[in-house]
Amino acid sequence: MTQQEYNGIMVIAEQKDGKVHPVAFELLGKARKLVEKKPQGVMGLVLGPETLDAKNLIEGGADRVFHVTSEIFNLPDELIYKENILPIIREIKPAIVLIGATTFGRSLAPRIAAALDTGLTADCTDLQIDDDGKLVQIRPAFTENILAHIKTKTYPQMATIRYREFSRPDLDPERKGEIILREPSVTSQNRVEILEEVTRQKTNIAEAEIVVAGGRGLKNAPDFITLQELADLLGGTVGATRDVVDAGFISKAHQVGYSGHRVKPLLYIACGISGAPQHKAGMKESETIIAINTDPSAPIFSIADIGIVGDWAEVIPRLLEKLKQ
Amino acid sequence: MRIIVLIKQVPEMDRVKFDSEKGVIDRKSAGVEINPFDLNALETAVQIKEQVGGEIIALSMGPPRAEKTLREAVARGADRGILLSDGKFAGADTRATSFTLARAIEKAAPFDLVIAGEMTVDGDTAQVGPQTAEYLDIPHVAYVTDLEEASDSSLTVTCNIWEGSYRKRMHLPGLITVTKDINFPRLPELKNKMKSREVEICRWDFSTFSDNLSPEQTGLKGSPTQVKKITIPPPIERKGQVFSPEETDEALAAIEKICREKRVSGGQS
Ligand SMILES: Cc1cc2nc3c(=O)[nH]c(=O)nc-3n(C[C@H](O)[C@H](O)[C@H](O)COP(=O)(O)OP(=O)(O)OC[C@H]3O[C@@H](n4cnc5c(N)ncnc54)[C@H](O)[C@@H]3O)c2cc1C
Ligand SMILES: Nc1ncnc2c1ncn2[C@@H]1O[C@H](COP(=O)(O)O)[C@@H](O)[C@H]1O
Repeated sequence: MTQQEYNGIMVIAEQKDGKVHPVAFELLGKARKLVEKKPQGVMGLVLGPETLDAKNLIEGGADRVFHVTSEIFNLPDELIYKENILPIIREIKPAIVLIGATTFGRSLAPRIAAALDTGLTADCTDLQIDDDGKLVQIRPAFTENILAHIKTKTYPQMATIRYREFSRPDLDPERKGEIILREPSVTSQNRVEILEEVTRQKTNIAEAEIVVAGGRGLKNAPDFITLQELADLLGGTVGATRDVVDAGFISKAHQVGYSGHRVKPLLYIACGISGAPQHKAGMKESETIIAINTDPSAPIFSIADIGIVGDWAEVIPRLLEKLKQ
Repeated sequence: MRIIVLIKQVPEMDRVKFDSEKGVIDRKSAGVEINPFDLNALETAVQIKEQVGGEIIALSMGPPRAEKTLREAVARGADRGILLSDGKFAGADTRATSFTLARAIEKAAPFDLVIAGEMTVDGDTAQVGPQTAEYLDIPHVAYVTDLEEASDSSLTVTCNIWEGSYRKRMHLPGLITVTKDINFPRLPELKNKMKSREVEICRWDFSTFSDNLSPEQTGLKGSPTQVKKITIPPPIERKGQVFSPEETDEALAAIEKICREKRVSGGQS
């Protein structure tokens, strides 16, 4: 495998029911910046129903979009996705393949990388092009205490990238590009049956602009009703620490942190949260952080813009009262 | 049913010290433990064995001291342990790790099910499970949160995917990666603790694989991704004003102002 044979950046865009996940646009925007340093094309690859508007991907930054059309891609079937993606990568030979680090992306990308027997870097937060034209993949490690800069010897250089690390480009309706429609090469497999969609998450905390979060300082499930009231008032979502999720006060969909969701809202209000490293890993990049904690030495105060030493059960109802006026 | 559980020994992350000026990790500052997510993988295996019978093999790649981790796995319900340990395996990225684990699983065959944790707390990639499945040419289901039914030929599970959850039935042989939500790992039982002290942990070194693994495919040599540099993330600057309990009125005024500024247009009132 030589570098010359492999060209351009391919973004594999995740979609469901014809709707493309926003991380794909962030990656297209970033890919455009990366190719400035080394002029090569940006390509999109999307597998989805015919109704999906692949033109959006061109408006977002792709020069060429491969659209494999089938309703079958409305099911999260890694094996069928893989069989349809591999022939395109083998034919087009992109130098770089980027995939959003969603749950599906992180389940699918390793299968593709292993099938191509190339390297894969997980959950990156930044990308650069080095002087030798190779991709530098930057990812946090050791509970986000360090950043590892990783390069890949094999081609394509593959990485999954976190949602909300790069800004979303404005769609440019004037941008021109080519849409290449493909028939799926494989539409069934008999090893995993997808029986049904059980739940669709209503709370998409990863996208929330405001998060009102509670920890062990809350004593029971009904305590979360007060936080919900504030969240509703502000147009936000309720978050939680792992400890209260484990205690059954609130569902896992609300968990913020290392093993929960990573959030980056405009405002994060932490109520009765100590600020353990695993919790901070999921919220420390919030634009503004307000912390309310009875213990003046709680570590959460060290990353808060405004800290209030006090009982959340007193502060929050008073805040609600003021905001309602 | 023969189940292989993938287990990694990891540093106790709460205790690892960092020299944030030099960017070095002092691994010796902390002890080691079983990767917490792998305890859920092992518990899943024990529950399946209780239902349909069979044998559980704990498999780990790591330094010789990881033998202790496999003994703990036996104390928690595994029947035996295999440790892949050799200087040639060292320095492996997820590709080299998965490739080596896949060749070891083939050697330990026949098997019906492979269970991995969702991720490791030190590597944190969540890649080794699906990559191992591909190198074994078996299907996988990732992020499993619930085990509904297990039989000798299939497994019915619920998994977290696409911001929701799906029920899937996988025909065996296959691999699953499990999340923390799937179960509460039980504590070691007394009779298993006794067994864990006596059981022989198989040690496989590179020579065990003379027929199906070349030195270029494992360890540092078999790792296409390489860390070129470590940097320290810039500290997040916060103005950080902390109000004491006596200043609550002032604090309330300050946060009310922020809330009004940031309020999302969709908000009520
Ligand atoms: C592998 C691993 C992964 C993990 N992943 C996550 C994760 O994703 N997310 C996560 O959150 N945690 C995670 N944890 C757990 C984490 O280490 C902490 O245990 C957890 O974040 C602590 O939650 P807490 O702040 O709610 O509880 P505590 O640490 O018990 O803190 C409660 C705080 O509330 C304050 N308080 C008490 N009463 C009041 C009151 N009336 N008003 C105001 N303040 C009050 C106390 O002073 C205290 O500071 C993980 C741990 C491990 C080992
Ligand atoms: N060296 C190893 N030995 C055995 N299993 C491993 C090893 N590394 C990773 N695993 C398994 O793969 C899962 C995911 O690891 P990772 O891809 O490092 O996040 C872990 O929970 C383990 O089950």
